[in-house]
Amino acid sequence: MELSPVAMRAFAGLLKDRTGQELAASRHWRIETALKPLLRDRELPSFDSLAAGLADRRDIKLADAVVEALLNHETFFFREQAAFNMLMAGPVEALAAARGGTRRLRIWCAGCSTGQEAYSIAMAFADAGDRWRAWTVEIIGTDVSASIVGRAVEGCYSQFEIQRGLPVRQMMRWFTPDGDDWRANADLRRMVRFERHNLLDPAPFPGTADIILCRNVLLYFAAEERTRVFDGLAATIAGDGCLMLGAGETVLGNTTRFEPDAAQRGFYRPVA
Amino acid sequence: MKTCLVVDDSKVIRKVARHILETLEFNVAEAGDGREALAYCQDTPPDVVLLDWNMPVMSGMEFLRALGTSGMSPRPKIVFCTTENGVGHIRAAIEAGADEYVMKPFDRETLESKLQIVGLA
Repeated sequence: MELSPVAMRAFAGLLKDRTGQELAASRHWRIETALKPLLRDRELPSFDSLAAGLADRRDIKLADAVVEALLNHETFFFREQAAFNMLMAGPVEALAAARGGTRRLRIWCAGCSTGQEAYSIAMAFADAGDRWRAWTVEIIGTDVSASIVGRAVEGCYSQFEIQRGLPVRQMMRWFTPDGDDWRANADLRRMVRFERHNLLDPAPFPGTADIILCRNVLLYFAAEERTRVFDGLAATIAGDGCLMLGAGETVLGNTTRFEPDAAQRGFYRPVA
Repeated sequence: MKTCLVVDDSKVIRKVARHILETLEFNVAEAGDGREALAYCQDTPPDVVLLDWNMPVMSGMEFLRALGTSGMSPRPKIVFCTTENGVGHIRAAIEAGADEYVMKPFDRETLESKLQIVGLA
């Protein structure tokens, strides 16, 4: 089944309008793989007929379904483990030293997909024993996809998902078998809050975030939208806060609102 | 280069695991049961053992116990890799000294992440 340039433009335009994300033409295969199940569900014969359905606008849920299918939800527990360890030992401890008065930390996982990153942070704090007992650590996970946020709230993972990156002892401590899946225990789920949020919109909470993780998300945005997202993150992060990007991402050439942390690779500081 | 001993009575599983491990730049050795694996470990201690549960001659758990009483030092890391996915099996493996646990089926990313957890990838 061929993906025509017309259909490609329709899907790319829709995704960019709704989320700011770009569909690179070089990723045709990914688009076809993502949308074929939707064609089957809707009994549509081709990508062109799906594009025509979008233009027709009679099926108001069709556009939502296309956007949901096109988003990349790849994530796993403790992704880039070394960077994760560095986050806890470096920026988190430094901010804790600066927040000794209030004993409050707010961490925002921006573009959290199905929640593994936010739950990983919650486990890292909870497994540190008494270290954080007197602290209020608020962990907020957001994603543009409503169905994916729903999955994150459920905290229910397939056998395949649960063992990607998650040490077995933490799996046994924080998750319980639920049929063929594993579900986050209630005490872990209580540590994290999830909301639907578009990164091009203002942050979904009042005040600032001490640490923002926005990993492997901005690579899908066009340059202009990426700069807008950085502007939004800069408006939300505390003056002494810390931004963490994915391993292959940088602020350089994308924004002047953040600068690399000289001491810690992969972490960025807001520019005053 | 680190060495992984793949212990499984299924040739197919050994072949799949070998392929993944070689892409992760491991030297790979194979054993078809626990007794063969124990002999290999005593002769050429690997860095990590990828261990099936149910095998003829000597099971994965019997191998793990025998390794524990052998006094081998340093002991290789043990990653169970099995279709036994129940909580009871996982708990028993941890209590017997397994370092990690992979539930079959698995893919490259899963195995890589487990090897990272035990400090070997």
